[in-house]
Amino acid sequence: MSYLSLTDADRDEMLAAIGVDSVDELFEQIPAGVRLDRELDVPPALGEVELTRHIEELAARNVHTGAELSFLGAGIYDHYVPSVADVVLSRGEFLTAYTPYQPEMSQGTLQAIFEYQTVICELTGMDVSNASGYDGCTVAADACFVARHVSDRRKIVLAEALNPQVREVVETYAPGFGFEVVEVPHTNGTTDPDRIAEAAQDAAAVLFQQPNFLGCLEPAPDLAEAANEAGALSIAHVDLMSLGVLEAPGAYGCSIALGEGQSAGNWQSYGGPHYGFLASHGDFVRRMPGRIVGETVDADGRRAFVLTLQTREQHIRREKATSNITTNQTLLALAGLATLSWLGPDGLREVGETCLALAQYARERIPLEPAFAASSFKEVAFRTPLPAREVIRRAREHGVHPGYAVGRDYEGMDDVLLVAVTEKRTVEDIDRLASVLEDVCR
Amino acid sequence: MPAAESYPEELKYHPEHDWARIDGDDATLGVTWFAQDALGELVHYEAPVVGSTVAKDESYGEVESVKAVSDIVAPLSGEVLEVNQKAIDEPEIVNDDPYDEGWLIRIRMSDPGEVAGLMDAAAYRVHIADQ
Amino acid sequence: MSVEPDRTWRDTPLIFERSRTGRRAGRPPIPDLPTPDVPESLRRARPPRLPELSEPEIVRHFTALADRTFGVDTGFYPLGSCTMKHNPRVNERLASLPGFRDLHPYQDDDGAQGALELMWRLQEMLAEIAGLPAVTLQPAAGSQGELTGLMLMRAYFADRGEDRDTIITADTAHGTNPASVTMAGFKLEKVETDARGNLDLEDLRAKVNDRTAGLMLTNPSTLGLFDEGIEAVAEIFHDAGALLYYDGANLNAVVGISRPGDMGFDIVHYNLHKTFSQPHGGGGPGGGPVAVRESIEPYLPAPTVVRDGDAFRLDHDRPKSIGRVRGFAGPFGVFVRSYAYMRAYGPGLKEMSEVAVLNANYVLARLRDVYDLPYDRHCMHEFVLSARNLKREHGITALDVAKRLMDYGIHPPTIYFPLVVPEALMIEPTETEPKERLDGFVDAMRRIAEEAAESPEVLKEAPHGRPVRRLDEVRAAKQPILRYLFDEHPVRVDAT
Repeated sequence: MSYLSLTDADRDEMLAAIGVDSVDELFEQIPAGVRLDRELDVPPALGEVELTRHIEELAARNVHTGAELSFLGAGIYDHYVPSVADVVLSRGEFLTAYTPYQPEMSQGTLQAIFEYQTVICELTGMDVSNASGYDGCTVAADACFVARHVSDRRKIVLAEALNPQVREVVETYAPGFGFEVVEVPHTNGTTDPDRIAEAAQDAAAVLFQQPNFLGCLEPAPDLAEAANEAGALSIAHVDLMSLGVLEAPGAYGCSIALGEGQSAGNWQSYGGPHYGFLASHGDFVRRMPGRIVGETVDADGRRAFVLTLQTREQHIRREKATSNITTNQTLLALAGLATLSWLGPDGLREVGETCLALAQYARERIPLEPAFAASSFKEVAFRTPLPAREVIRRAREHGVHPGYAVGRDYEGMDDVLLVAVTEKRTVEDIDRLASVLEDVCR
Repeated sequence: MPAAESYPEELKYHPEHDWARIDGDDATLGVTWFAQDALGELVHYEAPVVGSTVAKDESYGEVESVKAVSDIVAPLSGEVLEVNQKAIDEPEIVNDDPYDEGWLIRIRMSDPGEVAGLMDAAAYRVHIADQ
Repeated sequence: MSVEPDRTWRDTPLIFERSRTGRRAGRPPIPDLPTPDVPESLRRARPPRLPELSEPEIVRHFTALADRTFGVDTGFYPLGSCTMKHNPRVNERLASLPGFRDLHPYQDDDGAQGALELMWRLQEMLAEIAGLPAVTLQPAAGSQGELTGLMLMRAYFADRGEDRDTIITADTAHGTNPASVTMAGFKLEKVETDARGNLDLEDLRAKVNDRTAGLMLTNPSTLGLFDEGIEAVAEIFHDAGALLYYDGANLNAVVGISRPGDMGFDIVHYNLHKTFSQPHGGGGPGGGPVAVRESIEPYLPAPTVVRDGDAFRLDHDRPKSIGRVRGFAGPFGVFVRSYAYMRAYGPGLKEMSEVAVLNANYVLARLRDVYDLPYDRHCMHEFVLSARNLKREHGITALDVAKRLMDYGIHPPTIYFPLVVPEALMIEPTETEPKERLDGFVDAMRRIAEEAAESPEVLKEAPHGRPVRRLDEVRAAKQPILRYLFDEHPVRVDAT
C-alpha cells in the first residue's frame, strides 16, 4: 500500500516538464559512493486490511488497564478521558496542521492555545504559560534553563520525593547548562523545609512535587518559602487534576509551576505522547521556552491571536534562544483544554474529592501498613511483607495490578507498594484489591 | 512616525551601527537610523543596569522587533551612568528619534582615547553604502 | 435586547466568554464515602475559573475553532522543511486500540510484549534506513534528538579523555542546531555555503581542528540540495577525530536511496512527524529517534528495547548512558503511527522519496521563470525560490506572496528561511499530492506574480478571504496579552 497519488501518465508529463528522462536523473547530485545500491531490507508492504490485522495482533498482546484491574500510577494515571477530547483529537484541521506560523490560516489553533494558556495559568496561579513542552520531565529541565539565565548560581536542588524520571532528565540536561544537581532526601515520605532552606543557600532553583511521588502531600508553602528566602527560584511540579482541591503554586509563592499534563485529557499510551505544562510569574516571560500565543487585532481592528514574543525562540535568536524546542505537544494540550472545560470548576473539584475519598478508603481497607503517615491525594504507599515486585507478580495472577514497586527507584524501599486510584476506580475495585493483597501477602 | 534617514555630523559612529555623543568624559550611546530601519519597529529594549561596565566592540544590551533581535554593540568602554527609561517603556522612540529621545545609555568613559578610533558621519555613510 | 450575529467564521468567542455560572458538562462519579479534609494550608482557597459550558456548546466551540484552522486535510500545505504529507486515518485508529491507548508505561514487560515488539521492529527498520546499527526511540522531537546527539558526543569524547568543545553548523542550518549546541554546553562555529549550495570545503578545513567535537548538518540542506562534497566533508571531520551529526529534517528526500550512515554520519535523528507521517497536531506531538554507530551505542539514553529470544524487554542497565532525556521509552503513540506508515510502504519507501523529489522538481520547473532561483540545480524534496525580483520590480515581498496564496486556498510555504536567501520561499510539496494540486499551486504562484505587476495593492492587503486580515504583531509583542483576564480583560477594540 502507498499513499502516493501520481498516475503513470502524470509521471511522464512531469518528467517532460522537468526535462529529464527518468527520476534517477534527479538523484545524480548524490555521489555514487553514498548511494544505496540495493533494496531496503525491511518487511514487505501491507495493505490496510493486513496492516490492521498485524497491528491488532500486537495490541492484543498487551495487558491494558481495561483487561486487568490496575492501580498503577506513579506519574501516569488512568483518569477518565471524556469523549469531547475526541472532538479535538479527530478533527483533521487540528490534527493535520502544523505550528501556526501563518495566523490567518490558524486562528482556531491559536485561539485554542490561548485558552489552554489561560486554563493553565488559572489552575497554577501563574501569569504566563507556554503552549506546552514535551512532558512533565523536560519542562523541569526547561525551568532549570530559565533559572540559569536569571541567576548567577550554578546549583539546582531537587527534592528526592520528586518523580525519579523528572530528576533523571534534569540530571541529564544539567551538565550542558553548567549546573550541579543535589538532592534533598525525604523524611518519612515528605520533604523537610529546613533541609531545603539549607540546600537552597547557594542554589539557582529548588524543585519539589505536590503531591509528591510517594503519594504524600508536601508542606508545599513552607518549601516554597524556604527556597524563596534563600534567593532560589521555587518551582513546583504539580498534578492538574489535584488543583481543584489543592492550592495553586502561585498562591504560595512559587515562581514557576510545571508538570505532566497526561492526567488531564490524555490516554496512558505506554508513556506518551502527552504534554508538559510550564507556567511562570510575569517576570520570566522573556525567559520562557517554547511557543506563546498572544491576543492582538487584525487590520480591521478585529480580535485575533498570534504567536508572540518569538524573539525568545530558536528560529530567531538561534544560539541565544531560551530553548531549542520547535515541535511541542499542542494537540495533546488541546485535548487537556477540552477535558478541563468539560469538567469545569465543579467537576475538577469533584474529581479531586473522589480521589481523596478513595485514597483514604484504600488506606483503611487494604490490609497492609501505610508506609507514611502524611496525607495523600490519590496515591498511598504501603509496606509489603514480601518484596513489592513479588506482590505485584502474584496479584497479577489474580487479574489485579496492585501498583508500583517503589524500590525500582528508591534504595531500601523494596517493600513499598504505591497504589494509585482515580475516579475510574470504585469502592468495589478497592475491596477486590484488598482481598487479592490479603491472599497474596499471606 | 519613523524618522527620516540622517547621520548627524556631531556624532561618532561604530561599524556595528552605533553612535556616540561625546560630552567631556561622558558619552551618550544609541543605534543609528540605519540599524533601526533594518530591524523595523522596536518592541523591546533589554538595557544594562546602571553601574555595570560596557566594553568597546562588545554587546551591552539588545533591541528587538517582532521578528528580529540585535545585540547593541558599545562603541566605547566605560561605566553605565544612566539608562533611558523612556526607551524601555516605549522602544518605538528609537525608531522615531534615534539620536535624541531614542538614546540608550550614558556612560563615563574609561578610555577617552577610544574616541579617535570611531568614524565620523561621512565615513559612516561610506560604510553603510557598502552594506 | 441585542441579537448576536453568527460570528463563527469571522470571530469565535473565547470559551470563557461562552461560560455561564452553574452550567455543567462532565459529572465525575462520586463514591458514597466521606471526603477527608485537606490541611487548610494546602487547600485551594479560590476555585479556578475554568469555563462552565454544557457539552453541546463545548463541541460547537471546538468545531468552530477547527473551521478556522487549515490543515493538510483541508488543502495543499507546502510548508518547506516540515514535510506536510498525508496522515493516514488508519494510523489514528491503530494508535487508539485499547491495547496501546490504555497501556500503562509501568506495566511489567510480560504484559507489554506487543508494544515492545512494535518498538523493537521500529528500531530495526530505522536502523536499516539510517545505515547505522543502534537506535534510541526516546527523544520527543527533532530538536530533542539533536540535543541527545550532542550529549552523546560529549559522553563519547569524555569517555575517551578528549577535550573537545566546538560544534560546527552550516549557515543554512535550522535555528534548532545552534540552540541545541548552546543547551548542550558546546561552543558554536559556523561554516559557509558555496555558490552551488554545498558546504565550503576550504572554510571547513580552516575551522576543523582538535577542539572540534563534530558537525551538525542537514543533507539535503535547507536549500533542498544534496551536498555533493559530503564524502570529503566526512573525511575532514573523521581525520580530525571528530563526529558527524545528521539532522534528519530532510530525510524524506533519500529514504532507500542514500543512507546517512553510508554518507559518513555517526549520529542521526529522524523526525517521525515529518518523514513517517505522525500528524503535526497544530505544533506537535512529534518523535525524534536517534541512530548511532556501534562506537556510540554505549552512551544511548536508557531504557532501550532489546530482544531476548522470543521476548522483548526494556533494558535499563546501561552504565555509560547519558541518562534519560524524557519520560519512559518515548512517545509510544507516535511509534504506532510511524510503524504503521512504514509497514504500509515496505521497501516501497524508496518510491515515497522518489515521488517527493519528482513533485518538487516539477513545481520548480514550472515556477523558475517567474521567481528568482538562487541555486540553479535539480532540487531534492524541496527547493528555495526568492521573491526578490518581485520586490525589486513591484515592491512585493515574500510575505505578500504568502498572504495572497491564502486567498487561493493554499497554505503558504515557509518564508524568510534559510537566512542566506533574501525573500526566501521554501517549498516542499511532498509525495502524497496529486499532479492537479501541484498544478493548482503553480497556477496560483504564476497568477500572483502577474498580480504583483497589475495590482500590487491587492497583494499588499491580502489575505482577503480568511477569518482575519493581517495582524498587528507589534501590538502583540509590545502589550502582551497572553491569557484571558476575565473581568480585567481589555475591552475588545472591535466590540466597541
